[in-house]
Amino acid sequence: MQVGNGKSIVNGIAIGKIKIYKEPERIIYEGIVDDPAAEVARFEAAVEKAIDQQTVLYEKAIVDAGKDIAEVFMVHAAMLEDDDLQDSTKEIITGQKRSAEYATKVGFDNYAQMFADMDDPYMKARAADIIDIQGMVLDNLMGLDSASMQGTEPAILVADDFAPSQTVKLDKSLLLGMICIEGSSNSHTAILARSMNIPALMQCKEVQDDWDGKLAVIDGKNAVVYIEPDKDLLDTLKKRQDEDRKKEALLQELKGKPSETIDGYNVHVYANIGGPADVGAVNQNDAEGVGLFRSEFVYLNSKEEPGEEEQFTAYKRVLESLAPKLVIIRTCDIGADKTIEYMHLDKEENPALGYRAVRICLTRKPFFKTQLRALLRASAYGNLGIMFPMIISVAEVRECKEILEECRQELLKEGYKIADNIQIGIMVETPAAVFCADELAEEVDFFSLGTNDLTQYTCALDRQNAKLEPFSDTHHPAVLRAIKMTIEAGHRHGTWVGICGELGADTTLTEEFIKYGVDELSVNPKSVLPLRKAIRSIDRSKLLAK
Amino acid sequence: MKEITFTVTDPLGIHARPAGILVKEAKKFSSKITVFKGDKSCDMRKLLQLMGLAVKQGDTINVQVEGDDEDACAAAIEAFLKENF
Repeated sequence: MQVGNGKSIVNGIAIGKIKIYKEPERIIYEGIVDDPAAEVARFEAAVEKAIDQQTVLYEKAIVDAGKDIAEVFMVHAAMLEDDDLQDSTKEIITGQKRSAEYATKVGFDNYAQMFADMDDPYMKARAADIIDIQGMVLDNLMGLDSASMQGTEPAILVADDFAPSQTVKLDKSLLLGMICIEGSSNSHTAILARSMNIPALMQCKEVQDDWDGKLAVIDGKNAVVYIEPDKDLLDTLKKRQDEDRKKEALLQELKGKPSETIDGYNVHVYANIGGPADVGAVNQNDAEGVGLFRSEFVYLNSKEEPGEEEQFTAYKRVLESLAPKLVIIRTCDIGADKTIEYMHLDKEENPALGYRAVRICLTRKPFFKTQLRALLRASAYGNLGIMFPMIISVAEVRECKEILEECRQELLKEGYKIADNIQIGIMVETPAAVFCADELAEEVDFFSLGTNDLTQYTCALDRQNAKLEPFSDTHHPAVLRAIKMTIEAGHRHGTWVGICGELGADTTLTEEFIKYGVDELSVNPKSVLPLRKAIRSIDRSKLLAK
Repeated sequence: MKEITFTVTDPLGIHARPAGILVKEAKKFSSKITVFKGDKSCDMRKLLQLMGLAVKQGDTINVQVEGDDEDACAAAIEAFLKENF
């Protein structure tokens, strides 16, 4: 058995024979030609044809690879239309009296080199685009077709790297997995693998020519490929593949279906996310919105206080890509266990009960306003909810709302567009908020129960202290009662109530929450569909009759 | 002549896809459009040159527009830059 390692793109398992995918060999005449004018005409025709081919690829890619990959071909068409690229290539034909093929090789290589020499990794990767369009022009000139390289049997394809046009031309019904010797996790191959959910390994340096035709297994979770694995290992991996398929079937079964009980009681199942990178997972798991977007990432990924523009760009990106789904962004929840150097927070005896979250924001108003302005500006690009954490009193909520209003007035004066349907809510994660839920509900559109902190504060059990494990009961009746009281108080004032803590994903409690009348459950993206399945098997009227 | 100064906020800088659309936008006008970044410059109608400038997030570019339709052209380019970068 041989083993290869790489960067994994999709967590699944692929089992099949290896097929080494080789570029067609192009033999290019390097000598002098008699009729350069005819070569120029051939070049122009080949470029013209390549531009048309980009449109065809674009349409194909829209269907089976998604918009991100499809747009690559619009860029390729624009590159092919570039005057400099065309002129410098024609210059080689007429100036050096060479064939169209030779000129395409040399002329396009120069541009690929220009990108390869750039410092920026994104721009560096554009060299692959030039090589891709060069290959298409050469194929057009030489009458070659690279589609035949895949073979006719289902296989795990192995290549140095796949050009975007190659990935789109592949027959997906024969594609079990992909292994690239080069290629980054941002490459087109990676994006395609992700969008098609095909296990793929990038930067696998161990690839050998003699792998061709051998049985192999890609274990995406561990980023490994086994060539001719022994029977025990093969059986274990087959079993995992089976489980994955069952999960996939669940997705197919439930995607697009409402999270509704047998008797028609609807619960929104939303996802919790930590940054723009998680947007893909929200869609893949068919979450109906985002119930908790932790904005800490903008603070934690930065060496200095992040500015309004930077925050605006990040929020806008998430709102725009998920619109019209509701996205609830929680304002800065720094402090306690999450500290940041540039904020110069003092060390505290009791950080969980200390200077954190909204307590920092209300005492550092300019800092708070930067985030609120960024949020309000981003609201124009989607469906935004704003949520304040660690609230214990009505006065705090009013102050947050006043500062928000102040920001709104400033922005309107400066000419910015702001959505007029922004929902305002608070985290209910302190016993104080539970006891004051009636008054608080008057102030906001929604409550979101943060069960992790609520449990820690209700039971006076430090979350970080492992010694307290024997005393902790995640289903403590006091916590469940607090949840019930909060939901009932919210509903008395027309405020909807969700749960965004870990308890929300606990399907042994789903019946209980539905009995209380919870409106929304926000869970990690992976738990969305299992939770929907649980909800769809519950009959609420029977629960209430008990 | 019209002049635009613009600071790029997009995390990817002036990257391929919107750059392609920017070039198309520039080609709608007859004015000469030159992009300056530091001591380098290029013609905005040329995608590969424009990408070759490697404009990153936080970089400030200067755009000079000169020609018969320079007013409309400068306004359209400025709006496009603000919207996309």
